[in-house]
Formats: sequence, C-alpha cells, structure tokens
Amino acid sequence: MFESLSQRLSATVNRLRGRGRLTEENIRESLREVRIALLEADVALPVVQALVERVKARAVGQEVLKSLTPGQALVKVVSDELTALMGTVNTELNLAATPPAVVLMAGLQGAGKTTTVAKLARFLTERKKKKVMVVSCDVYRPAAIEQLRTLAGQVGVKFFPSEAGQDPVEIARNAVAAARREVVDVLLVDTAGRLHVDAAMMAEIKALHAAIAPVETLFVVDSMTGQDAANTAKAFSEALPLTGVVLTKTDGDARGGAALSVRYVTGRPIKFLGAGEKTDALEPFHPDRVAQRILGMGDVLSLVEEVERKVDQEKAQKLAEKVIKGKRFDLNDMRDQLEQMTNMGGLAGLMDKLPGVSSLPDSVKSKVNDGEIKRMIAIIQSMTRKERRHPDLLNGSRRARVARGSGTQPADVNRLLKQYMQMEKMMSKLSKGGSKGLLRQMRGAMRGMGGMGGGLPPMR
Amino acid sequence: MLKFWKKKPAETAPPAPAAGQPATEVVHDLDAAGLEREPLGEALAETPAPADTAAEHERFRAPPPAEPARRGWRERLSGSAFARGLSALFVRHPKLDDELLDELETTLITADVGVEASTALVEGLRKRMHKREFADAGALLAALRQELVAQLGPVQRPLDISGHRPFVVLTVGINGVGKTTTIGKLARRWRDEGRQVILAAGDTFRAAAVEQLKTWGARNQVPVIAQGQDADAASVIFDALQAARSRGADVLVADTAGRLHTQGGLMDELSKIARVLKKLDPEAPHEVLMVIDGTTGQNAVSQVRQFRQIVGVTGLVVTKLDGTAKGGVVFALAREFGLPIRFVGLGEQATDLRAFDAEAYVDGLLPAGLGGHD
Repeated sequence: MFESLSQRLSATVNRLRGRGRLTEENIRESLREVRIALLEADVALPVVQALVERVKARAVGQEVLKSLTPGQALVKVVSDELTALMGTVNTELNLAATPPAVVLMAGLQGAGKTTTVAKLARFLTERKKKKVMVVSCDVYRPAAIEQLRTLAGQVGVKFFPSEAGQDPVEIARNAVAAARREVVDVLLVDTAGRLHVDAAMMAEIKALHAAIAPVETLFVVDSMTGQDAANTAKAFSEALPLTGVVLTKTDGDARGGAALSVRYVTGRPIKFLGAGEKTDALEPFHPDRVAQRILGMGDVLSLVEEVERKVDQEKAQKLAEKVIKGKRFDLNDMRDQLEQMTNMGGLAGLMDKLPGVSSLPDSVKSKVNDGEIKRMIAIIQSMTRKERRHPDLLNGSRRARVARGSGTQPADVNRLLKQYMQMEKMMSKLSKGGSKGLLRQMRGAMRGMGGMGGGLPPMR
Repeated sequence: MLKFWKKKPAETAPPAPAAGQPATEVVHDLDAAGLEREPLGEALAETPAPADTAAEHERFRAPPPAEPARRGWRERLSGSAFARGLSALFVRHPKLDDELLDELETTLITADVGVEASTALVEGLRKRMHKREFADAGALLAALRQELVAQLGPVQRPLDISGHRPFVVLTVGINGVGKTTTIGKLARRWRDEGRQVILAAGDTFRAAAVEQLKTWGARNQVPVIAQGQDADAASVIFDALQAARSRGADVLVADTAGRLHTQGGLMDELSKIARVLKKLDPEAPHEVLMVIDGTTGQNAVSQVRQFRQIVGVTGLVVTKLDGTAKGGVVFALAREFGLPIRFVGLGEQATDLRAFDAEAYVDGLLPAGLGGHD
C-alpha cells in the first residue's frame, strides 16, 4: 500500500524531472497530485492542506524556481516538509521521575492498548532493565482485566489485581501506592477504550490522570485509522496532556497516513510502533525512516545516486574540456551521451528500480523502452563521419539517405537534428560560462534531451 | 457523528457510571433492552427508539425512497444534526457555486469516502450544475444524497438466518475491530427474536478472549462452547457445530481471533476452520461475517479483499460508528466487492447493533462534516 503513495509521488517527480524549467502552473499541478497521494494514504485533510500550503510557499519562492534542477528541488521540499512533520529522531520514554514512573495509556476501543501495555512491559523489562508493574483500569469490557493478567504472566511482570466492580480512579491510586511499596520502577496503567465524544468517559480519564500524575501519557492509535484520526487525536490531546503516541498494527499494509495526522494534530512524538502479534513486537519509532517509507523516496533517491555513479566520468570530462575550449559539440558527442544512457541498464532497467512502476499497466510500460534511444544512435551511425562532425551538411537529400540507411523516416532524422541543435546551443552557452558547475549542467542537458524523446521517461 | 442512530441523547446514557458494578451493568443492559425491544425491527428508518427525544424522533423520519429530492430537506430534517449542518452551509453558500461543491468534496473526503470517488461524485454534480439542472443548493444536495443512497442500495441486504438449522455464522476480521462485541450483540439480537443461539469461542489466541465471550454469553443467557486458551480454533468451532446440532440450536455464531490480513499463516488457519466445518455441513459456514472498524480508512478495501479471497466473506458489519468517524470507505467496498452490509455497530450496549440502512447511513455521512471542517 505504501507502494501506491510512492508510485503517485514518483510519477509526479518523474514528470518534473523531465522539465528544464518549472512554471507555477506545473508546480500547482504537482502539488495537486501530492495532495491526492497523501489523502489516499489516509492522511487527514486538514493536515494535508497545511502540508501542501507549506510546500507551496517554499516552492514558488526562489528555492525551487531558481534551482538548476527544479523538479528535484521540489521533491526535496516535499520530502523535507514530511520529515519535519514526522520529526527527525526517535524520542524515548521519559522515565526520569521518582519511582514509580507512571505511564498512562489512552485511546479508542480496539486500538491495541492492552497489547501495547504488555509489549511495553516486556520492552522495559528486557531492554531497559526496569522493574515493571501493570494495572488495568478497564472495568467495562468483559474480561479486559483478565486479558492483562494473562499477558502480564506471559511477559513476567508484576500485575496489580483489579476487579470489574471497582472505580478506575481508585484502582489506579491503589496501584501507585502498591508500586511505591514494592519499589517498582515503572507502573503501566491500562485504561478502557473510549470514544472521544463520550463526555462521561473522557471525564473519567481526566480524573484518572489527575489522580496519578503520570510522567508519560501515551495515546494509542491504530495505524489503519482513516480521516477520523485527526478528530480523535485532537479530542484526546485537548482532554489530556499527551506526551507521546504509540502506533499499532503497523504490520498491516495500511499506508499509515494516520501517523502523520496524529503527529501533526497532537504535536507529540510517535514513540513506538506495534508491529505484530507477539509481545516482543514493539519497536522504537524512527520518524525519518517512516517519512521515507511513506514517500517512497528512498528508492528514487538511491536511483539518482546510481545514475550519477554510472555516468562515464571520463567521457563527460572530455566533453567538458572540449566545450570549454570552444570546440563544437557535434553528433559524435551526442551519440556518446546516448550510449551512456543505455549503459546504465537501459531505460527498462532503470524503470524497474522506480517504486511503484511494477504496478503500472502494461500499456504504459510498453511505451517505455530503449527503442527510441537505439533508433537515435542508429540514425547517427548512418551518417558519414564528416556529417557527424559538421551536421550543417545534412541537407534534404542527405537526410533522406540517412533515414533510409537507419530504417527510419526523414521526420525522425529531423527530430534528432532538432534535439541536437538545442543541445548544441546549450553547450555553446556553457563554453562562454566557464567551467564552473559544468558537469552538473551537463547532466541537466542530458535530462533535457531525455525528456524530448517521445515517451522517454525523464532522466536525471 | 451518527447521532440519530443513538437510542438516547448522550447525556442521559453514559456508557456506565464510573462506579458501575458488573451486576448493575447487566441490569442496565436489560433496562435498555426493555426500552429497545420493540423497535429492534429491521427497518431502521422507521424505528426511532422510544427513548428518543422529540427532536431526535423528528429528524429520523426518512422519506420513502421514491421521492427524496422533491420534499423539502429543511422541513423534513429541521432540528437534526444534518439540518444544522446544512443550514450552516446554506448560510455560507446560499447559492449554487463551485465553493459549495468544494465544501461537499471536503465533506466526502473527510468521511473516508476516498479522493477518487469523492472527486468523481462532485465532478458529476458540477457538470449537472453547469447544465442548470438544479434550482438551488438544496436540489444539488438532494441529488448528491440520492446518488450516495443509490450506491449503497444494492448492499443493503439483511441477513436471513432462517434458511438453515443450525445457521452457522463465522465472524472474522483484523485485530480490535470489535468481533467479540459484535457477537455478543448478535447473540442478544437473535435471542430476543426467540431463536436458540450458541456461541463458539474460536479466539483461542488473544489473552482472555474466551473469558470475554463467556461474559457476553452469561449476560445474554446464551451457551458458549469453549475449550480454553491456545486450543485449536478449528476444533473448538467444529465441536460447537456438533453441539449446536445435537441441541437443535437455530444459530451458531463462531468467534475467531483477530488477524491482520497480511499474515499468511493466520489467514490459512481461517480457511482451515471453514474447511473443517464443511465436514459436518457442506454448506457451512452459511455466513462469513467480516467485521470492519468504522474508523478505518482506505485500508479496509485491502482487508476485505484478502479476507474475501481466503474465506469467502459473505457479509460485512461496520462497527464504531457512534464516534465521529463516518466509515465512508463502505462506498469503496460496495463498489469493489458488492458485499452486503448486514449490520452497523453504534455503541457498547448489547442492543447497539442495527441492521444497515443506506438512507440513514447517508444522512449521517453528509451532515456532521458540513460546517465541521474548514
């Protein structure tokens, strides 16, 4: 499912990469797509709107439009904003309190609070070497207390017994006292699931919070939650001073937009991820990784790096020198560049590495092949050496001959020459501009060319 | 919030007092049932709960499906949450314009209807608006409502359990969607209809799940067949079917452990349960009821797809619609799978399970979002 979001975003990205310049028009179009992609990942609408606003503010500014690679710059802005939204580093539980450090869990029904308590108890016992006690204040759901008792037994932590008839606040108070007596480091307090619109239950958990003054109040939320995540998170964070969020059921295939919504609405860090049935399936949350997972950017960025690595630096350098010396960029140079493209595994090979491409319909995929590049090379090779060095020689009849020789139409030859002319123009500009940043600009030139070939996906 | 579905205004019905004893809780249930018993009929649209306030009663009078557009919306729904939402909208957008459409789109998206579907709906309306098909904003909204109801109409097919005896219902779903609670409510519902119900505690994985079901059984005086924690789920349910046969029960409702649809091994266990049941009754399970959390977003589609593939889901229950979530993903589900939505869960009490009603549902979907989000 993350696939689908990344697929959309990378499609947008690719289209942008194909452009030498970005206009406000195509930025707006791309942002619209980013918006849809986020919404489809179940990021709450208000959060999406805020995010898109921020990206837009930066995108129409200098930062993107004046950049050498505007498409890439826009992608970077989106990725930056997402990461900023998610936070950058893992935030640990703050247990620096006079023991017992009390941790209160809150959330809707079925979010996974009780399971999370058990997982957290095990995590704190095994990895943090804490002495942990758990208590259930869920006097409503049948057998909820029994469930925690069983789980506490499984993970080997102390269980403070409670009964369905008791007052939750009373249970919690007694548990704190017991925890203090038994010199426990951490007391985990499980609560009943409650709807944020249920005033009586929200008042109860407020009273509970006031009575035990927890150092950590964790909001447990199902990662598959849809748009409602924002409402719920807002109501809970208004009722309780939340200190963190636990995202559960992340081993499913949800796109996890709820993570973004909750993080944005509460402003609190996501501290843990629940990712499985077993009691050890709790992971500290690393926001940067998830932001990338949601964006699907990891793959795209590494692909860009790969392209950079595989470009024949030597030939590029030679060409650069040639251009600087004021010599003309000719069709031989163009052919070298085209060959480099195929050296990188061809377009089909590159495409495979793009996230989401595998799920494209075949009709789309079949349009993307290396035929176009091969044909261009064939056209160049059908020219005489003299023609390649001096493309101006190519008059109508020569062009017709070249077309026949390469098995193409004269129109194809004309198109190639037109592309050549554009590149040549760029190169001659470069030679006047000096060598600074030349390599980078050459890459830009290649990209421009790639975008022109019919149906070619833009290359960087 | 689907307020009009609630049997009482929130203030008079806190789920349970903070100091609620288990005993009083049961009594509370029975009380509610006493009030509720008559209207537990199928047609939700015509059964406002007696405990409703006059206003809530009023808002619930849905029109016959044939002529929804003509009759005045405001008139019919005056005083309702929907009407309030609408009037807020009318105040802001008394005219037919693109802004009104944008707001409708927002409402649909925030209800989890999905971007694509929402956009398609709104674009359709936009076209019709430009053709001057609508006299005013009200007509446009009526058209939208009609379209939404039409989409859900085909999946409003109540569950008929009279065809077999015992009628075997297998309940499946991911973790924490409310399977066990739904079973408790189903048991109550069918028992109140005078049927003999047996429950099978097939969730042998989650701690105390068996206990939880037994509690529901005790509350409703319905027998529960269980073997205990870590028993083989298929064998528990197999035993339960045998018991149901020998006791001549009308319905067997089997619980299963929640499992994420991405976990292959656990999903296979479900198909094993279905397979084993067929040894006793080739047609069992007669209904595979998949429970979906109403707060779930677009992921519900993936969930249903997987479960349907593995155990052949034949009906859906959408739970937790008593909060602010609207479960708009049912439109996507209806479009993609066309599986009947049998029930909706609207609270924690034993009687808070209603037959799905497309019109009531759509009325709940449209209002609260309007005016609520800016």
